Amino acid sequence: MGLYLLVRAAVLVVSTAVASVVVFAVMAVLPGDPAEVALGVNATPEAVAAKRAEFGTDRPLVTQFLDWVSGLPTGDFGVSYVTSDHIGPQIVDRLGVTLWLVLFGMLTALVVAVPLGTAAAVRHRSVGGLLLSGLSQVGVAVPAFLAGILLVFLFAVTLRVLPSGGYTPLGEDPGAWFQQLLLPSLSLGLVQGAVLSRYVRSAVLDVMREDYIRTARAKGLGLYRALWRHGARNAAIPVVTVLGLQLATLLIGAVVVERVFTLPGLGSLLLDGVANRDLLLVQGTVMVLVVAVLAVNFLVDVLYAVLDPRLRGAR
Amino acid sequence: MTHVPDTAVATGPVLTVDDLGVQVGPVNLVQGVGFTIGSGERLGLIGESGSGKSLTALALMGLLPEGLRASGSIRLRGVPDDLLGTGERRLAKVRGRTVSMVFQEPMTALNPVMRVGDQVAEVMLLHGTRNSRAEAAAAAVDLLDRVRLPDPRAMARAFPHQLSGGQRQRVMLAIALANDPALLICDEPTTALDVTVQAQMLDLIGELAAERNTALLFITHDLAVVATVCQRVLVMYGGRVVETGDVYDVFTTPRHRYTEGLIAASDLSVVDGRGRLRTIPGAVPNGGEFPDGCVFRTRCPAATTRCERTPEWSGPPGHGFACWHPVGEDR
Amino acid sequence: MTALENTSPAARGRRRWRRLNASMLVGGALVALVVLAALVSFVWTPHDAVHVDAAHRLAPALSDGYLLGTDKFGRDVASQLLVGARTTLFVGIVAVGVAALVGTPLGVLAGMAGGWLSEIVMRANDLLFAFPALLLAIMLGAVFGASTLTAMIAIGVATIPAFARVARGQTLGVMHTEYVLAARAAGRSRLAIALRHVLPNIASILIVQASVSFAIAILAEAALSFLGFGTPPPTPSWGRMLQESQELLFSTPRLAFLPGLAIALAVLGFNLFGDGLRDWLDPKLREHR
Repeated sequence: MGLYLLVRAAVLVVSTAVASVVVFAVMAVLPGDPAEVALGVNATPEAVAAKRAEFGTDRPLVTQFLDWVSGLPTGDFGVSYVTSDHIGPQIVDRLGVTLWLVLFGMLTALVVAVPLGTAAAVRHRSVGGLLLSGLSQVGVAVPAFLAGILLVFLFAVTLRVLPSGGYTPLGEDPGAWFQQLLLPSLSLGLVQGAVLSRYVRSAVLDVMREDYIRTARAKGLGLYRALWRHGARNAAIPVVTVLGLQLATLLIGAVVVERVFTLPGLGSLLLDGVANRDLLLVQGTVMVLVVAVLAVNFLVDVLYAVLDPRLRGAR
Repeated sequence: MTHVPDTAVATGPVLTVDDLGVQVGPVNLVQGVGFTIGSGERLGLIGESGSGKSLTALALMGLLPEGLRASGSIRLRGVPDDLLGTGERRLAKVRGRTVSMVFQEPMTALNPVMRVGDQVAEVMLLHGTRNSRAEAAAAAVDLLDRVRLPDPRAMARAFPHQLSGGQRQRVMLAIALANDPALLICDEPTTALDVTVQAQMLDLIGELAAERNTALLFITHDLAVVATVCQRVLVMYGGRVVETGDVYDVFTTPRHRYTEGLIAASDLSVVDGRGRLRTIPGAVPNGGEFPDGCVFRTRCPAATTRCERTPEWSGPPGHGFACWHPVGEDR
Repeated sequence: MTALENTSPAARGRRRWRRLNASMLVGGALVALVVLAALVSFVWTPHDAVHVDAAHRLAPALSDGYLLGTDKFGRDVASQLLVGARTTLFVGIVAVGVAALVGTPLGVLAGMAGGWLSEIVMRANDLLFAFPALLLAIMLGAVFGASTLTAMIAIGVATIPAFARVARGQTLGVMHTEYVLAARAAGRSRLAIALRHVLPNIASILIVQASVSFAIAILAEAALSFLGFGTPPPTPSWGRMLQESQELLFSTPRLAFLPGLAIALAVLGFNLFGDGLRDWLDPKLREHR
């Protein structure tokens, strides 16, 4: 188990390092001089040179990269070329909103998918399967932002029971906080739940066919107890893979959903950064999102090892 | 089936099966199977794959795959009702307690994510034959020792993937015998094992069953295994019992043409005119595609038009068969 | 006897045939609808899709010759939907084409070579997986400005791993078949084996992947346009139509529903078609999904 985790952790570190190079390279090597952007088209060459010196963009790229990357572990993302604000604190500030959104979205997906998928597998295979497959097809076809708009129309415009957007910090008013996070979380989670339920059904169906479930029943366990005691953990293994992929999808989906509901999360920070051509802010935010995706992949690998003893000895 | 003694009372046989059938939709996969097993008796059930022997075993356990139905009557000593009419809840209390089963494929029969000791202990805790987790865990180690696994304490902590196929089958046997069942069903328990391990496994099953006076229903396609382990034998073909009797009688003087073919095919010293091993001509039909009348007539060298009618059960007490043209009788 | 007839292999085959086609038929019909809309838009639209009719802003459906009404600028919604289909398909074709052309050779290479080369390709693939289309497009958009081209490149690059992964897995399977072993034993070159044996055998699965990837590309394009990183105005795009109408959800929900429906149906079509195709190619898999 130790070796396996060590290898996975090494992969995480190396991937993060390579990702930082990629992000930096795309933002820095491609055309577009932040000094010129900051000063506008009519700036004199001298002024631009001075601005470059101020930003440090006149230094060799390798130096700039090392300077940027060495600050990342401590949360130092540099100072914005546009607003002259420190970027780190802004990201930390916005990260919370996005994490709540993703967490609630994931919970919604699980609450929808696990009972639905299991029921469809255990009861009437054909009818449940057909219904679920249709439901999850529709789920995949409706992007999160469209689901958001539909939910706003239903709950905010027609029923007038929930707000259509905005954000109140948890510390200020927990009630408002929850109400305002509810629709965004649902629009992220319902869609993913519909998708996930199909995988849950398939995993449960697979497990039901396993010999060890028959063994469990031959021991005297009823079907449901056999499935729960011997099947749940085995079925969780394939579901966790999909869950990991979906968590990455949720993170990125959150960027769009934040725009729909005007939530001040990482996504809106990123989009504001692009709108203001604040390249360093964009660079930092993208890096955080990429590391989050990589970290999710790592967590999935760890969860594998916890769930499946066969992996612990391997590699 | 008329050869079933009508003595299914407390002192009678452990298992009494009468007119057992298994159907999927309108198709009969198993039909008219009847037999008894006495206390401590070892009955062999042989036949090619597709003969319905495994389905018979699963029907006895009430674990038929979805879509299959059983009919007839299955009575187990100590259980007041017919098992076939009993609800799932009560049936679950019988499984693993009064009757238990060892399956063919040891590699997949154990839960890969649960420690071996826990899987053995579970069956005892489930039926309350041990009072506490600690007691059950100790009993599990003891059982692993009894099935002659080396270092049973370490084995109890191992996961199935750390064990060999033979070792896993021993674990399955430990689980099956944990609650001292009255009847142990073994469905080809050695087929998936290495030849060198098979004999040890057979000895172990025989020894442990004898020790506890456990009745044994032993399913196999291997005649030599039946000859080693069992006292009586039931020959199945096409979902029907075609011959039954004392192992020695049946194997030395088979009456049904199918039994005769089966024995000839397993005798490696008998060759045909061209020096090839004897086989039964043709292949076993798919389930539900067996002919009417005698199920063997499409492959039988002695078949006549008479065989289009279902043969009646005949023969002396203790050695019955269902054949119009039995071996040793002229047409 | 009727019971036997019902379960005869031929009858089973017929039943399977009918069931298989359900997914493919519905999916194919939806795809055909989108393609038809795009083709028709080249030669005819009810109105000029980008013409602003200031006198008829937010005209209701079936009024003043506007079949589905007009948007807040007075542009014809029906015409925009038709031209939007063209935009959607264009982005999808280029993006999926890029992904297939780059991802397939990489995957086949990794599957045939094995060893460290395979490891490097697959690790690079995993890394690329951490850069979803949306992030790539936003990064590119920040540097180059939003355009159809950046959207296509971003979606295409982000889709490469999907193709590489499928191609590698399938190639590994093909490499162990008898005919490839025989070809290798006969001393055929790796390139010849790749072209003659591997590619033809993995082609069908790659087509399935293309269909599924196309659906994802449509979603990504819609999301990008919704955020303003896709096709810039005035070229009509379903995602941007949705974004422009969000503020009017209280008064004119139709403007959001119509492009939303178009997106969902197009994605559903490509997904269903891909699924149906996969079942058709390998009926054994059907029960699993």
